[in-house]
Amino acid sequence: MIIRHLFARFDRAGLLFMLIVGAAAVLVPLSNLLLPTASPFHVPTHVVSLVGKYLCYAILALSLDLVWGYCGILSLGHGAFFALGGYAMGMYLMRQIGPRGVYANPLLPDFMVFLNWKELPWFWYGFDMFPFAAAMVFLAPGVLAFLFGWLTFRSRVTGVYLSIITQAMTYALLLAFFRNDMGFGGNNGLTDFKDILGFNIQAQGTRLALFSATAVALVLCYVLARWMVTTAFGKVLIAVRDAESRSRFLGYRVEHYKLVAFTVSAAMAGLAGALYVPQVGIINPSEFSPANSIEAVIWVAVGGRGTLVGAALGAVLVNFLKTWFTTGMLAPYWLFLLGALFIGVTLALPKGIVGAVHEWSDKRRARRKAAAPAPQPAEQGT
Amino acid sequence: MIAQTLTTNDASAFVDNPHAAPEVTKALLYLDGVSVSFDGYRAIRNLSLYVAAGEMRAIIGPNGAGKTTMMDIVTGKTRPDEGEVLFDHGKHDLTKLDETAIANLGIGRKFQKPTVFEMHTVADNILLAMKGPRGPFASLVGWRNRVQREKIDSVLETAGLIEHRGRLAGEISHGQKQWLEIGMLLAQDPAILLVDEPVAGMTDAETEQTAELLRDINRQHTVIVVEHDMAFVRALDCKVTCLHEGAVLSEGTLDKVAGDERVIEVYLGR
Repeated sequence: MIIRHLFARFDRAGLLFMLIVGAAAVLVPLSNLLLPTASPFHVPTHVVSLVGKYLCYAILALSLDLVWGYCGILSLGHGAFFALGGYAMGMYLMRQIGPRGVYANPLLPDFMVFLNWKELPWFWYGFDMFPFAAAMVFLAPGVLAFLFGWLTFRSRVTGVYLSIITQAMTYALLLAFFRNDMGFGGNNGLTDFKDILGFNIQAQGTRLALFSATAVALVLCYVLARWMVTTAFGKVLIAVRDAESRSRFLGYRVEHYKLVAFTVSAAMAGLAGALYVPQVGIINPSEFSPANSIEAVIWVAVGGRGTLVGAALGAVLVNFLKTWFTTGMLAPYWLFLLGALFIGVTLALPKGIVGAVHEWSDKRRARRKAAAPAPQPAEQGT
Repeated sequence: MIAQTLTTNDASAFVDNPHAAPEVTKALLYLDGVSVSFDGYRAIRNLSLYVAAGEMRAIIGPNGAGKTTMMDIVTGKTRPDEGEVLFDHGKHDLTKLDETAIANLGIGRKFQKPTVFEMHTVADNILLAMKGPRGPFASLVGWRNRVQREKIDSVLETAGLIEHRGRLAGEISHGQKQWLEIGMLLAQDPAILLVDEPVAGMTDAETEQTAELLRDINRQHTVIVVEHDMAFVRALDCKVTCLHEGAVLSEGTLDKVAGDERVIEVYLGR
């Protein structure tokens, strides 16, 4: 009964999406382990990690779509929440290194020894325990988003002004994390990880497990986001997006709705960052760079704003293109292509890929419906 | 300055005092000495208006008379520079509340340009308007997900939109949007409805139906209607207030107001 209730919330695109990502979570590791290297269906380990990285970006895109696509909050600083989640995970991984570092200090990570620090800063306490670090993955970005949102939404900062402030936020964090005094490894960030939950982080099995975990997390985040937008809550979000002041005159506390959506979205972005760091093996302040956040906006626009599935699809697609381009001789032209892609999509597919497909199938259905009772020659509409 | 402080003090005395002035306790909506200016232009000048519970009131006046600004002040969109705006027999000072709080006290508004949620279906527009808890959690897991279809449909029946329940609100005609917005007000079930030009752009037949609908609504709600259409105001058959340059020019039955020398002068020009 609960399952049927849950199923009713998903459309065909959503079910297909969950099926594909869910199947990937199982089949990709199996193919890597069981099939011979020569088989065309064998997925090499480095590709598994690469796709795992794309799936982390897909979670980030999903979280951005929740606030931008449904609530009209164009955040140009979602990369900050992603990076904070990544740093929380990175701090856990740093403390797992223990005495195996270059300086073999049992307590202090290498960069602190290098800086001549004598004791662990207070904000590094607890990160040796995974449950604590896992909680911080959600809490650090969540609390920042809550405070940020509480101040801005209450003052009714909207539109382009809000976007600029989010951009300033991530830039400020970028500068702060660059400083050695901050205690997060300065410009080198955190790296040289050894193991996660007792497993060697470089081992094939660990990489496959991380891939599966990311795919499962993507499905769960999709279920959460889809549930949020299909309840009355989601209807209010859309109402706020389209006619904010009208929603106020109906008696809705608009800022509370925005705050819930923004905080959940930030925590989701934090999870994406936390899954990303062990797969790429490093987290440094460049993750805070405003360009990263803007790129995430492009993924969502390409895939289809306000569709959730489209956001995830856009993230995977654009990043696949990026890998493909930046490894060939076209590498110097990638940013031009990215810009052209954004302009092209905005002009030709304003609703993105998934939005355009939806529109096309709606039109076809309407045409078929219109044709059914009175078989007239189908009108060639534009 | 001193005079202003005094009036403010008087206002709070009214609110706390059970023996407040009879106008305050009698009136559901009480505006007294309200003024507001935008960039030096005084849109409302010392406006006083009392509306009793259960009343239907039509507000007329030429363009720029301050009708819409008056509604903006009551609903919290605009803060008056001075004067008092009290609601529910002097219990609430509306100048200290924001739009959301005022809406939740039971003041509903229909805008001059029909404002509905165009990306939602007609039925969802009513669902969003439906009176009930409006917090994020009530919408996420609570009350607003369990509103019965029949409740929504009965509002749609009254507003004459039942065949359109599944259509997007952005796709229906202008007149239907006007009705949808009135339907949303009904679902909101406020103590007082402020209706701004409900028949603008409607055919004669639609205008007549709208007048009937509003009279019907007036049986259980207090209604204030701003309108230019005199035939429509006559059909409402209620007390009329004529505004001019931000203040009350004349008040009474339509015949009395329409016969007032000053009103004729304002409408016909000097």
